[in-house]
Amino acid sequence: MGLITLIEEKRSKIVKEWFKLTIKTYPKEKSDFFKKKKDSMANPVGNTLSKSLEDILKGLTDDVENNEMAKILDPSVRLRAVQEFAPSSAVSYIFFLKNVIRDILKKDLTKEIEKELLIFESKIDRVSLIAFDIYMGCREQIFTYKANHVKERTLKLLEKADLLCEVPEVGAEIIPHNVYLNGGFDDK
Amino acid sequence: MVDVVKPEEMIKIDPTPPSTNWMDVPPDFSPGKFPYPSQAKSLEAVGFPNAREWSPADEDWKLPENWQQIIHEGFKERLDKYRSLKVFMDSCVRCGACADKCHFFIGTGDPKNMPVLRAELLRSIYRNDFTTIGKMLGKFAGARKLTPAVIKEWFSYFYQCTECRRCSVFCPYGIDTAEITMMARELLHLLGLSIHWIMDPVSNCNRTGNHLGIQPQNFKEIIEFFCEDIEEITGVTLNPSFNRKGAEVLFITPSGDAFADPGTYSFMGYLMLFEHIGLDYTLSTYASEGGNFGLFTSSEMMKRLNAKMYREAERLGVKWILGGECGHMWRVINQYMGTMNGPANFLEAPVSPITGTKFENARDTKMVHIAEFTADLIKNNKLNLDPSRNDHLKVTYHDSCNPARGMGMLDEPRFVLENVCNNFHDMPESTIRENTFCCGSGSGLNTEEIMDLRLRGGLPRANAVKYVHEKHGVNMLSCVCAIDRAVLPPLMDYWVPGVDVCGLHELVGNALVMEGEIEREMDLRMEDLPGKEGDSDE
Repeated sequence: MGLITLIEEKRSKIVKEWFKLTIKTYPKEKSDFFKKKKDSMANPVGNTLSKSLEDILKGLTDDVENNEMAKILDPSVRLRAVQEFAPSSAVSYIFFLKNVIRDILKKDLTKEIEKELLIFESKIDRVSLIAFDIYMGCREQIFTYKANHVKERTLKLLEKADLLCEVPEVGAEIIPHNVYLNGGFDDK
Repeated sequence: MVDVVKPEEMIKIDPTPPSTNWMDVPPDFSPGKFPYPSQAKSLEAVGFPNAREWSPADEDWKLPENWQQIIHEGFKERLDKYRSLKVFMDSCVRCGACADKCHFFIGTGDPKNMPVLRAELLRSIYRNDFTTIGKMLGKFAGARKLTPAVIKEWFSYFYQCTECRRCSVFCPYGIDTAEITMMARELLHLLGLSIHWIMDPVSNCNRTGNHLGIQPQNFKEIIEFFCEDIEEITGVTLNPSFNRKGAEVLFITPSGDAFADPGTYSFMGYLMLFEHIGLDYTLSTYASEGGNFGLFTSSEMMKRLNAKMYREAERLGVKWILGGECGHMWRVINQYMGTMNGPANFLEAPVSPITGTKFENARDTKMVHIAEFTADLIKNNKLNLDPSRNDHLKVTYHDSCNPARGMGMLDEPRFVLENVCNNFHDMPESTIRENTFCCGSGSGLNTEEIMDLRLRGGLPRANAVKYVHEKHGVNMLSCVCAIDRAVLPPLMDYWVPGVDVCGLHELVGNALVMEGEIEREMDLRMEDLPGKEGDSDE
């Protein structure tokens, strides 16, 4: 019996243990709620995480392409990217899968399986790198919102002070009045 | 493999909870964890006490010398003035019904975001200062002494509540946690502790009549600009009037609709609707704000900012007031305005001049919500609508907290939506109507420095949108609140990309077939209508 079959057999146990470890990265008073409520509308954090872990494991055993894996990873990484974790902690939950599988398959680890497992673990490493890309993408997205706020506000202030005008023929939507005085060739 | 280090050891996560009591866990004031404090000048501009420059990140908040006395007396004054506050302080039995209903708790898991514990932040001081058992038994009876740490905790957590009142729907005693937050914020304001995103609009509104400080001539220019766009889209020329005495109706909407997309498209929708039905209305450049950030500071300030609605209606001699799409504006109008600045006996009980419908629900305030007004027009077949112009949209509706829970307006917007578009899908029952989830940025928290918190708080709402996005292909989230229109776009972009945000009357404007209009090729955003691609460039 190969590794994938073994994982398939114990899939629900693996996901359960993995979820338990992942939830442990939250302080206890938070994790109690995240793991208790089953209704996905009432507990989006817990439900997103548990569904995501299930999907990631399936993606790994199905050996999906990186692009597909990124899609599968997105919901859980996106969530943890706004949950006040240090970057390392935010994506740490991916690595937990290694130990969970080793623990659960302890008795089945023949030499052959061990070999397969090492390859499988390197795939988990690859998943963690994709997770890091997504994490950074999320953070950049958030910084962009903040930056846009400031940009818009500055623009409105300049507009209010009548320092801006529209110059459609030069292709710029809004630029300062004095830049294109005399066709832009004169400083005055 | 030798000495495999467990990942959880590798990243040094300590899963053990703090062993201390909640009272001893200090709030986090590292950057990004708090809204910026208000500037001294905006407090001074409206005569608020103890104005100074300070920061929540500082160890010393420069509290006035007699700060404990100020809080004690302020608390006492409010307990005497508002029986509701006293009842809310006394009657909680800690049943826990509210605990997991707050969007901030659901998103953050932070126990102090449980409404019961948030209220306990204030209650513990109430017990200590005003109850015998608290005075005698202290911490044992859930009481604690007022220290600077308590004030810091108040500032942190009462600015993590959006006053949405979802929790109070589930409270068997009807405790309104929003009012507890309001009281706590009032007390904080007595110490000069306020946030910039609230005080700046308050001070602007006090001076120029709207949150953004738009001056009369600019306000007029903006509306005229909308009219130019409408003419380009529909071929119909509009001539709205400003400050016109003797008009039948005064129209007031949040200034966000004049200033920020996508609210601007709703404003265009309002103008088109009024033109189409021939409403005798006027806009005011003085009462140019429907919103009222005073609500988030103190009842006195709310009253002051609200007063201009009636004063302007009286000055212009209109019969009644029509109000635009806004959230907290309607909590102020529906629940406080009548007693606070009324009775407005110089106005008449609102009657629609088009349908003759008498708005009994607004008999006291003399102010009608535009969704009710439009629903009535549609019900009486007064509008010629072509919903297929919104066929490129699959729409859902976000019940903005205050119109839904604060005034019970649940069916009118849905009725309008069902008539102006062909694809409407509601989100799951537990997340709409009275149970609606807040956008996560209401009550003055729509400021960018706490974006992470806003994204966490908005998760339950976004999660429900995601559900209909995946199930029905929903790509448009409609709402009737200016704050929603400002904050839902980034929320959607982050959690449910592919879903845009619009106001109700943007969709009305799209569907409305106006008299004398040219064949429409663009929607109000000047984007090609389905089947008209490429035509609008000519």
